[in-house]
Amino acid sequence: MRKHTKLTRFIALAMCLTLTCMLLSGCGKKTKIIGTLNLINYAEYLDPEMLELFTEETGIEVKMDEALTPEEMYTKYSSGAIKYDLVCTADYMLKKMIDDNEFQKIPWDQMEYKDNIGSKYYDFCKAFDPNNDYCLPHFWGTIGILYDTTKVKAPIDSWEVLFNGEYAGDIIMQNSMRDTFMITLKYLGYSLNTDNEDEIRKAQELLIKQKPDVQAYLVDEVRDEVVAGNAIMGVIYSGEAYLGRESNPNLEYVVPKEGSNVWIDCIAITKHCENTEYAAKFLDFLCREDVAKANFEYIYFSTPNIKVIESLSDEEKEDPTLVPPEDSIVNCEVCTQTDKKVTELMSQLWKELKSE
Amino acid sequence: MNENEVRTNKRPFLSGPYFIWIIAFTVLPLIVIFRYALFDGNGHFTLSNIAAIFSSSINRKALWFSLEIALGCTAFCILLSYPLVMALKHLGLSKRGFSLFIIILPMWMNFILRILAWQMILSNNGILNLLLTTLGFEPVRIANTPTAIMIGSVYDYLPYMILPIYTSIMEINEDLIEAAKDLGANSFTVFCKIILPLSLPGLLSGIVMVFVPSMTSFVISDILGGGKLQLIGNIIEQEFMISNNWHVGSGLSVALMILVLLSMAFTRKRTADGKESLVW
Repeated sequence: MRKHTKLTRFIALAMCLTLTCMLLSGCGKKTKIIGTLNLINYAEYLDPEMLELFTEETGIEVKMDEALTPEEMYTKYSSGAIKYDLVCTADYMLKKMIDDNEFQKIPWDQMEYKDNIGSKYYDFCKAFDPNNDYCLPHFWGTIGILYDTTKVKAPIDSWEVLFNGEYAGDIIMQNSMRDTFMITLKYLGYSLNTDNEDEIRKAQELLIKQKPDVQAYLVDEVRDEVVAGNAIMGVIYSGEAYLGRESNPNLEYVVPKEGSNVWIDCIAITKHCENTEYAAKFLDFLCREDVAKANFEYIYFSTPNIKVIESLSDEEKEDPTLVPPEDSIVNCEVCTQTDKKVTELMSQLWKELKSE
Repeated sequence: MNENEVRTNKRPFLSGPYFIWIIAFTVLPLIVIFRYALFDGNGHFTLSNIAAIFSSSINRKALWFSLEIALGCTAFCILLSYPLVMALKHLGLSKRGFSLFIIILPMWMNFILRILAWQMILSNNGILNLLLTTLGFEPVRIANTPTAIMIGSVYDYLPYMILPIYTSIMEINEDLIEAAKDLGANSFTVFCKIILPLSLPGLLSGIVMVFVPSMTSFVISDILGGGKLQLIGNIIEQEFMISNNWHVGSGLSVALMILVLLSMAFTRKRTADGKESLVW
């Protein structure tokens, strides 16, 4: 009996040892972490596998936090709870943060693949980053209307359908102050960067008049609602529209003829970043063709990476939701309106609209 | 809450973790919120952030709408709870346990998931309209209306009304009811004169547990209101997340807290003459 106990103990010990060895060998495969970068980004805006790949290749860990809108990003960033090294956000927010001296210059000379990003896109960025000092283009696109071709009377080419009551109750608008004001200003024939109070107030009047016709103000769910047939049309970002058409081929995306907003999301290095060399490594990694391609295929937003665009099939190249054609963006503007007074006015008018 | 218990507690160190928890996650955040609420962006003392709940017509409107939803939701919960609890009371013990389990079951699921499910049910092309059209009725448009928010709130908070009422009704001595019946009371009189008054403590704690969260919630109105309808919770969320104005956001939160405390003082006074209610 006693012997038996000893044997059992021995087996137990042996098993413990084996387990420990297995655990340790598991550890051995992991890359040694030499540094950490904190990134705040939109949700699902990067292929998480690429973050792992980056850690494997360089030993630098990237911790990504998510924010739904640039405003939410800014709230999280400025609360200071986490010192973010990198932010990925939209044009107007980038301008605001550049003006507030929140960023440091990107060390372009340390970046081997920076020219994979087309010069056209660096030129876009000059609207808010005149010397291309701070911003690396990540994704870009337009705002337009996604609609169900089987349920509309005629093909849509104007913002008018949102405001003339023709499709009352079947319209979904963006639950985002800027996007909603921008397209309304465009419809009224004004610049979306206007600082003219009358023009902004006129846009609000129109939106208040439109509100009873609006089924809902949504952000991420616009696509799902149109795909599911709960609404006939919705105001949407071009990249979202691509995914919508993938799941429902009856859908069509249009950038109305009055023009719209062409938006560009960039990554920038904040003033809190202590190790810019690591940050530059990460930015360079994002420009690499295989990585940019993986990120593109993860979300299907328009990429500014020309190597990736060249690798697309002809059909994909001609899809206006993937590669917005030049003629559709002629009337479009980049949003650079960051005047505090304008933002406060819009914010107030938006609150009034929502409480109507 | 019960002072006698605290005094007779022989092992105060056992409550240590609780106090640390309360200080770290309730008291300190409250201090921060009050700090934001009572000062403006330049560090000057002001009451305008708190007064904003009444001084701005947008906030007044949202507060009023929140009150409507909260009162409506509480009323519906009471109306649904009593018949259900009375039915449960007359069930056999094993069936009663099972029925109660069924009532609590949805609470095991994340409440956002439950609300998202309602979104699917109520949407224009959703399950409800599919049912209606198959049966030959006209489809209804409930999604993104106050009705949708009301349905979601009632569904979500109903168990918090049922459980305390159930507990207090089950505590009622059966002899009292039988005595009343012997003396010629019909079921309705028994309910009005015996069951209702004796279940009052449970009813009051149910009201607090339903009224307060349905008044301050913002997720339900966000998901089921389609961004068109704003409760005061949505306004506060926007002050923080969109306008980036933490001072007004905190001020509104403090004002809301004061209003809620006032309403609870009211229910507390009512319980003072009976025994202390279950939760408060």
